[in-house]
Amino acid sequence: MLENLITDANLIVPEIIVAVTLLLVVLFDLIFHKDKSIIPYIGIVGLFAALYYAIQGLPQNSYAFTTAATSHQYGLLAIDSFGSYFKILILITSILIIFFSKASSEIQRIKDRSGEYYALIMGMVLGMLFMVSASDLIIIYLSVELLSLSSYVLAGFTKLRDRNSEASLKYLIYGAVSSGLMLFGISLLYGMTGNTNLIAINTVLRNSSINILTYSFSLILIFVGIGFKISAVPFHFWTPDVYEGSPISITAFLSVASKAAGFALLIRFIKTAFILNETDSGSWSMIEFFDWQTFIIIISILTMTLGNFVALWQNNLKRMLAYSSIAHAGYMLLGVAVLSNQGILAVMIHFLVYMLMNIGAFYIVMLIANKTGSEDIDDYNRLGYASPFLGVSLSIFLISLTGLPPLAGFISKLYIFLAVIDAKLITVAVIAVINSVVSLYYYIRVLKHMFLKKADQEPKGLKLAPAEIVFVLILLIPTIIFGLYFTPMIEFARNSLSILGY
Amino acid sequence: MEVGLNHFLIVSTILFSFGLYGIVTRKNAIMVLMGVELILNAANINFVAFSSFGNFGINGQLYALFVIILAAAEAAIALAIVLNIYKTFSKVNIDEINNLKD
Repeated sequence: MLENLITDANLIVPEIIVAVTLLLVVLFDLIFHKDKSIIPYIGIVGLFAALYYAIQGLPQNSYAFTTAATSHQYGLLAIDSFGSYFKILILITSILIIFFSKASSEIQRIKDRSGEYYALIMGMVLGMLFMVSASDLIIIYLSVELLSLSSYVLAGFTKLRDRNSEASLKYLIYGAVSSGLMLFGISLLYGMTGNTNLIAINTVLRNSSINILTYSFSLILIFVGIGFKISAVPFHFWTPDVYEGSPISITAFLSVASKAAGFALLIRFIKTAFILNETDSGSWSMIEFFDWQTFIIIISILTMTLGNFVALWQNNLKRMLAYSSIAHAGYMLLGVAVLSNQGILAVMIHFLVYMLMNIGAFYIVMLIANKTGSEDIDDYNRLGYASPFLGVSLSIFLISLTGLPPLAGFISKLYIFLAVIDAKLITVAVIAVINSVVSLYYYIRVLKHMFLKKADQEPKGLKLAPAEIVFVLILLIPTIIFGLYFTPMIEFARNSLSILGY
Repeated sequence: MEVGLNHFLIVSTILFSFGLYGIVTRKNAIMVLMGVELILNAANINFVAFSSFGNFGINGQLYALFVIILAAAEAAIALAIVLNIYKTFSKVNIDEINNLKD
């Protein structure tokens, strides 16, 4: 029994380190109640250690916490390279977000509560790490809640303006409802199959007939919970309000890491529980009762169309980036809808690139908001001339988000479209390309304001600290390089495709 | 009349429907959260009923325990947030708190 526990604990070292870091942050918050500048560094050290062990764990392939009846070979958590890939992405994002928070003036103004702030961030990270390797419905529910509860608080944490509290309330209401619906779906699926483990559910579904109506109902309810996390239409209503109202570091965190965890969860859920077998070419045939492909394609087309078209008339940069992130969720859902390893590969590559360019864009919006105090697009007029470095970097990030060559965003989007075309979904691919063209308008509109529009008064150049320039360059250089030399990125993702299951 | 699985499922479905109805129609944030609690408890009844009538072992009852604890944690955080909203806006009506707009 004890030996089992130690073997299992060895498999979840990154999670344990993050949990210990959380406790240390709380402890140091109590010890150093005068000067709290050390706390973010504790978080960074912990996250780097966790990242080291997550990279070490890439080749692992086994189940942690197998149930007491050892007749079957599955456990609560599936530790595989797919999960480790997403863990690495999430940990890198978290490290970036901690540096991000240190530079943000919103977070500097709540210095005396910064211990709680970083502790809650660690809570979010812990929830996401468990989410990407959860292979049991109850762990799925618990980790989603762990992530949600921390982020409800963080969304309204600064309390500097009314909009912070409002964002927090909206996130709470939508989140609580969707996770409640998800739990009800889980209980129905448990009743039909007698199991909560995804692989055991798969076995049951293969061997017995099932009431299609209840079954579809329960799956749709479970999808509500996951769709809320990845902000898919029609569960996206919280996204623009929460992204606009939250502190901007949290907005960036929600738009990248929390979405990555949601996608990892969705992919693992579909792949382990509902796959019949996998052909040599890597496409999956699914258990027939529920047509996942049509369902996800419809959701994804709705998601990207709504995201792109509503973004057209947004004047607040945070809100525009919120709709842009909804649109990107739509593109990535297409990668899932293909139901093949190629589609998953495209999603994984897109997340790597999306992390770089989205955090980059939010960081520059934050730097400008630090000085001007607003994210309104009219405050960006002629900023490209006043601070050329920021103007050019933001342009590169936005062009990469559009998906134009020669930047990394082009490569990742290309992989998604190729996967869709290979699956013979030509109409869907055409819709996605048209959407990309529409998105060009609102990204370029920011460039127009920065470089071509006349300003009422000439903006002053922004002084940047060296650390801020380094941070932008860390994100900017890979965005350019991966657009030209993308083999290592793709090889890294291709080597991490293995998902435990049938 | 023997009380069987169906009776429990009917009760849980009624609870679920009341919860959903409350969420959709009520404007007060507290009432919406009460609707969520009803949905969570409907799921709990399902878990316990399935595990005791379906011979699935006692797992379902354990899950119900987890859910009860989580519901408590969620209620604590939710009430704190609603209290904060009340301090800021002096009201807890969801429809009226709408400063963030398209």
